[in-house]
Amino acid sequence: MTSNSEEPKKPGVGQIFLEELNNQFKPPKKDDKKKGVASQTLLIPLLAVITGLIIGGIFIILTTEQVYAAFGQSFGAGLAAAWDAVSKAYSGLFTGAFGDPARMIAALQSGDSLQIRRAFNPILESLVTSTPYIFAGLAVALGFRAGVFNIGAEGQIFIGAITATFVGYSVTGLPGIIHVPLALLAGAAGGAMWGFIPGWLKAKTGGHEVINTIMMNYIAFRLSDFLLTGPMKRPGSFNPVSPEILPSAWLPRFFPDPIRFHLGFFIALGIAYLVYWYLFKTTWGFELRTVGTNPNAAKYAGMNVTKNIVLAMSLSGALAGLAGANEVLGVNRNLAMAFSSGYGFDSIALALLGNNHPLGVVLASLLFGTLRSGATRMQLTAGIPNDIISILQAVILAFIAAPAIIRTIYRLRKPTVEEAGVTIRGWGG
Amino acid sequence: MTPVLELRGITKRFPGVLANDHIDLTLEQGTIHALLGENGAGKTTLMNILYGLYKPDEGEIFVNGEPFQVRSPSDAIARGIGMVHQHFMLIPVFTVTENVMLGEESLKPGGFLDRETAAKRIREISIQYGLEVNPDSYIKDLPVGVQQRVEIIKLLYRNANILIFDEPTAVLTPQEADELFEIMRSLTAQGKSIIFITHKLREVLEVADIITVIRRGKVIGSVLPSEADQSKLASMMVGREVKLELEKEPARPKETILKVENLIVTDETHQVAVDGVSFEVREGEILGIAGVQGNGQTELVEAVTGMRDVEDGKVFLIGKEVTHAVPRKFTEAGTAHIPEDRQRDGLVLPFPVMENLMLCTYYQPPFAKGAIIQWEYVMQNATRLVQEYDIRTPSIFTAAGSLSGGNQQKVIVARELSRPIHLLVAAQPTRGLDVGSIEYIHSQILKRRDEGVAVLLVSTELDEIMQLSDRIAVMYRGKITATVSAEEATKELIGLLMAGVPLEEARLQIHKQTTQSETIGGAN
Repeated sequence: MTSNSEEPKKPGVGQIFLEELNNQFKPPKKDDKKKGVASQTLLIPLLAVITGLIIGGIFIILTTEQVYAAFGQSFGAGLAAAWDAVSKAYSGLFTGAFGDPARMIAALQSGDSLQIRRAFNPILESLVTSTPYIFAGLAVALGFRAGVFNIGAEGQIFIGAITATFVGYSVTGLPGIIHVPLALLAGAAGGAMWGFIPGWLKAKTGGHEVINTIMMNYIAFRLSDFLLTGPMKRPGSFNPVSPEILPSAWLPRFFPDPIRFHLGFFIALGIAYLVYWYLFKTTWGFELRTVGTNPNAAKYAGMNVTKNIVLAMSLSGALAGLAGANEVLGVNRNLAMAFSSGYGFDSIALALLGNNHPLGVVLASLLFGTLRSGATRMQLTAGIPNDIISILQAVILAFIAAPAIIRTIYRLRKPTVEEAGVTIRGWGG
Repeated sequence: MTPVLELRGITKRFPGVLANDHIDLTLEQGTIHALLGENGAGKTTLMNILYGLYKPDEGEIFVNGEPFQVRSPSDAIARGIGMVHQHFMLIPVFTVTENVMLGEESLKPGGFLDRETAAKRIREISIQYGLEVNPDSYIKDLPVGVQQRVEIIKLLYRNANILIFDEPTAVLTPQEADELFEIMRSLTAQGKSIIFITHKLREVLEVADIITVIRRGKVIGSVLPSEADQSKLASMMVGREVKLELEKEPARPKETILKVENLIVTDETHQVAVDGVSFEVREGEILGIAGVQGNGQTELVEAVTGMRDVEDGKVFLIGKEVTHAVPRKFTEAGTAHIPEDRQRDGLVLPFPVMENLMLCTYYQPPFAKGAIIQWEYVMQNATRLVQEYDIRTPSIFTAAGSLSGGNQQKVIVARELSRPIHLLVAAQPTRGLDVGSIEYIHSQILKRRDEGVAVLLVSTELDEIMQLSDRIAVMYRGKITATVSAEEATKELIGLLMAGVPLEEARLQIHKQTTQSETIGGAN
């Protein structure tokens, strides 16, 4: 399987793509016609991340006892200790996320395959952590594009994991080439069903999807608890855990243990491209985006608004379901209680950080995946609690959600329409 | 004599825009000074500066020769400057007296409202200036024209000497507008001074003592009405020659395209908005629907384009019944629809111009092959339409929302008129647009008519109806009360019909007026 051919790199795509990235989801206010330009679309998330790291650093300093002790001795010693704490934490985060470069080189030179695997494991582990984020982030982003707020990704992940697990252990005698896609499809179908219900309720009764998806989450959690302690409980086990998924349904891993890097990552990239293609290359996607941006105009243009809302919620659910299936088939190989550590909730943040664009979501997911996987290492080496990563993520998101703060801190001016126009005309000569 | 108000070198910059560029304006006592300019010319900004809502970057204001620092509307009111806003600031469930007193309450001992004294003053004011109104009526029961009088009384009650009228005729019938002009003259006759903001040429010539034209934030010049005519003012406003009179050949109507029978449509609150309306529109003619806003025109248009379901009655399009059809069915049968609210229905503002230009037929070839959008063609199409319809946009990738109102409307017009059509439903096609865009859109509508398209034109602008229509139907309280030919239609007649006067009676009144004026003319 080659992933490169599926990357959005084809000629002709670029122009539209950039425009999409710039224009979508920034409805101009009537009294305030100022809007962002291309550079700021990318600049603001970047600055948000940098600012997040700085504020994270402050928290690291504030929570390290040695720093207080050092400041008690002298101001200089305090500063040195503060710097020491932050640099230790962030270098731990870096090596945890990407691996230790020196060790990688040494391993490559030694030529020992076990050494190499161990040296490169951190970066591959980051990709493993990023994978469910990509699926779930795409799910929420697709919903946002259609104007629906799918808070139910977490529940849809659980249902997708349940259905994928069930197909994974109960269907026997299939070759991997059939069993894996079947289990993935089952996961997508389960999630789709869990998204369809609130979508249908919204379209038919006007019930708000935010409320209904939250309720669906609770149903999903308790349903999974019930299944794992009852019908799907592993025979003979004392723990609430499902039977082992059959090896024929496992997502293939590329390296021997302990490296868990598996096919799911490339499937996620492929799905991201599919979502991009769907949204920006097809009439279906055009309808979905129109319905999401201006339902009145969609109706005027002859589009079926309710159909598109139900469809978007179902597709969104399917993507979230894939996140769940990916985890059980690729990483856990069984279903345990509370197996998802809030991927579905983080994904709302990912969609926002990625500007609801598939490429943006992939990049945001890689960032979050690396932070999460690096945090564990940071805790080990620097003794910094990995909760600091939650603070970091929260700060980044706060800034993404309120770009005005970033503009104020870095004195970015809101570019006006007229200026943007002049620039474009200027290029034309 | 010292002018009551003088603005010197007022400059106001917004990021990237020079809204007011060294504007000088002098208002003499007892005159009506018209401020004429297109939308976005800077009239409203200037008045907001005078009213204390914006702070000018440069320039000074003098009232009665004294420098005047205005920080808030209350400063302005204290110095006798008052503004009649386009949208009234009245509380519907209060009486006239209560509304006038609001913020300026006179009290009886013990802190009770002294309505009697206030009502007495209101009566005095209304007699003095000819502002007929009953102080005890509730605002919600009063027609729009009378509500406007209450707004004026509010200002006079606070002893305003300088009155600013911001587009005051936009909400009035022609008769009500004439009454307003009478009131304005009586105000100036008694020493009040008026700034009259408008973009309507006819009105300034009728009522103003001096006209100052503003274009792109600059004063282009001041003229006396006696020295100006409509085309001169229009070219000053726009900055080029403008054809005001459309060259229009007589219509040659052929087959019936749209036929509506006993149509009943309800609004959002399930009230009957269109009440048993019947009419037909034929190939090559323009049927204009006149009426004061809110008499069922919006619902009518939505019903004959599939946007709103019909309660009862029938709609036929080229002989086929389409009564409960969805919008797409109308589009595919050859209907073009310029919607009343372009930003709500007609455009997806954050989408680029090129996507808005394919909004109704995006799923048909050559825009799409199967479900795959042909972006090459979409771009070609957009480039061609932008050129052909003179849409001023930095590029076809620019969000429609960042274009000016006129160019947004041109995007809709280009999209709707660039495909083969049999019926054009145009609702308020030029609302809020500048003279240049109006001229262009009118010429496009006429061109389609001459090509054999049936046109249903709905507008509250009487001038527009009169200029374009071959037949005029007047809507009043959900019913079409009369249909008259373009030859018979005069401003007075349509105005009376718009106010609900039955056709026979309206004809009689107009006949009387003309004979009366002839007799008077003869006696003199």
